[in-house]
Amino acid sequence: MEILIIALPLIASIISGFFGKFIGDRKSEVITSLLVSISAILSALVLYEVIVNNYQDNIIIATWISSGSLDVNWSMKIDSLSAIMLVVVTSVSSLVHIYSIGYMSHDPHKPRFMAYLSLFTFAMLMLVTSDNFIQLFFGWEGVGLCSYFLIGFWFKKDSANTAAIKAFVVNRVGDFGFALGIFLIFYLFGTVNYSEVFELIPTIVEKNIIFLSIEINAIDLICLLLFVGAMGKSAQILLHTWLPDAMEGPTPVSALIHAATMVTAGVFLVVRCSPIYEYSELALNVITVVGMSTAFFAATVALVQKDIKKIIAYSTCSQLGYMFFATGVGAYNVAMFHLFTHAFFKALLFLGSGSVIHAFKDEQDINNMGGVWKKLPYTYVLMIIGTLALTGFPFLSGFYSKDAIIEFAYLRGNTTGFYAAGIGIFTAFLTSIYSWRLIFKTFHGEFNNKNIKVEDTHESPMVMLIPLILLSVGAIFAGYTFKELFISHGVAGNFWQDSIFFLKPLSTEHPPFWFLILTPILVISSIPLAYYLFVKNKNLPEQIANVNKPLYQFLLNKWYFDELYETLFVKPSKTLGLFLWKFFDIKLIDRFGPDGISAFIKRCSLRASKFQSGFIYQYAFIMLVGFSALLTFLIVK
Amino acid sequence: MTEIGLGHYLILGAVIFTIGIIGIFLNRKNIIVILMSIELILLAVNINLVSFSIYLDDLSGQIFTLFILTVAAAEAAIGLAIIVVFYRNSGTIRVEEIDNLKG
Repeated sequence: MEILIIALPLIASIISGFFGKFIGDRKSEVITSLLVSISAILSALVLYEVIVNNYQDNIIIATWISSGSLDVNWSMKIDSLSAIMLVVVTSVSSLVHIYSIGYMSHDPHKPRFMAYLSLFTFAMLMLVTSDNFIQLFFGWEGVGLCSYFLIGFWFKKDSANTAAIKAFVVNRVGDFGFALGIFLIFYLFGTVNYSEVFELIPTIVEKNIIFLSIEINAIDLICLLLFVGAMGKSAQILLHTWLPDAMEGPTPVSALIHAATMVTAGVFLVVRCSPIYEYSELALNVITVVGMSTAFFAATVALVQKDIKKIIAYSTCSQLGYMFFATGVGAYNVAMFHLFTHAFFKALLFLGSGSVIHAFKDEQDINNMGGVWKKLPYTYVLMIIGTLALTGFPFLSGFYSKDAIIEFAYLRGNTTGFYAAGIGIFTAFLTSIYSWRLIFKTFHGEFNNKNIKVEDTHESPMVMLIPLILLSVGAIFAGYTFKELFISHGVAGNFWQDSIFFLKPLSTEHPPFWFLILTPILVISSIPLAYYLFVKNKNLPEQIANVNKPLYQFLLNKWYFDELYETLFVKPSKTLGLFLWKFFDIKLIDRFGPDGISAFIKRCSLRASKFQSGFIYQYAFIMLVGFSALLTFLIVK
Repeated sequence: MTEIGLGHYLILGAVIFTIGIIGIFLNRKNIIVILMSIELILLAVNINLVSFSIYLDDLSGQIFTLFILTVAAAEAAIGLAIIVVFYRNSGTIRVEEIDNLKG
């Protein structure tokens, strides 16, 4: 049964991808959605088994590599961690499959789209259920590949192709670090299986190795290299530039890949490797700093963006930052909790924004929306639920997970912990402002769109609304229902078993009361503030922007990261590439190599062909002369 | 008056043969002339064969000649047929204008 969870999406992908043309659009949509939904139900059963019966297993499907001391299996490791991921991935994926039936109804390439979605689900499941680093890497690259396919799905759009390539290239940077990390693990331990590696970790605590002529603790190095991979996949600051651009893909893709599942693979990796990270104070501090910088950076950028999907993309980036600094302060279970709740409300927000975009006939600029909340009542309510959950409004899912992160950062008790908690609170405030800005600008105020009339905006069909409603149930109740299981002290220890490793147990104290209510107060008070700023007194934000022009421009241009990378990496490598192409390749290699030889032969052949005059009498003459010469030669000899 | 012997016949053959060869490649006008030159060459060979046959008192040379005559007739027929077809396709049989093989 467990193997079916992985196999069904692959089968769905093969059917829809290779035979979609023969079975038709509708059938491939139904088959993929159905198979992935079955997989989601099976995953839920597995999670139930894990919760109730502490079910744990490592199913070996086949041997993959067996060479010398390297043994790698195709396997399916089921424990608390992977069971949670199974449920997140398959449930969001199945809802997105169903939603896509409505969203892509005007697209001519439906079977291909569904095949990619299912293939992505398969790769993501391979990633989360692996019991070794190689299969993890396989899934890691598989989801990257599908992300590339899906970002560039509308291949006729130049911007989509560019964004796809950008996502792929930026991820290569992270994957390079990740691959080095795996090499180092194999070099040090001679194995890549989690259980064996984690057992051997305490034996090399003191070991130093030399890397790039710097002597560094081996565990620190492993952790940092793996984290570089996680940064790439999870769009952390410095390697985040691909995520906003990835919004060129269809909206269901953004919801599934770039919000709920693939981008959380980095968090999953760090949590999965908690037995390694626990021994590396340095790496944990680096993660905390990177995480909180990302959370803060992305939230500030989201404040001023105009594209509805980019705002949510930066919001995702920011929430991933939260997850990372949760792992950085050692609260892996809290990070998983936030990952779990985030998957629901962020997918809800993305799919909701897709519904808005659909209603406005592919308009994405929030300045061109407004005043349609009566026209789109369901979407409006669902988006509000998503926003409340995201901002951490009390008793919705984001409230439990996000506040828990901030609390645990505070309880960590060291400088980075306090710092992270402060940034976390401030970012929560920013999150609330930009999320409500999006809601108010999209649904309230006057109708600002010139291309279509307000009467022509329409609510999405049921096939799109039902997944939204299911997700909103998750967004409301996931936090309350699962908080005991994930983060409560007694129960959580039982639930997580040994899938998460704590070197020293998490602090069981409670932060002071004023600290606990600080975030909710900020979050709630920002709603009227946002309403005042973006509905009542619309000139005020403009005035603020005009007064702080440089700051506004700085935020609008996303801290100039793209421009910086453009001058720092893209242009030099483009120049180098052009030089190698135009000079080295064309002028040197081609000129003396293939082109040179073929030109020489062509010249010779042209000369030789001059002998062929085409006149029979000349041929006959030459033949006779030759014949008599030969005869003479033979006679004389 | 000298006796006409083998030498004379051979000289006649050689002369005809040479005329034939020179006819092939000095000819610039007509492809039929080339065909005729080839016939001349064959004729020269036949004369040689017949004279050697008489000189050596061996009949096989003359029998051989008969065969060659038959083959030559067939060859001329085929050659002429080709020329007719060629003329129909290209409208000319002037040697100078036939240079389709030119590289």
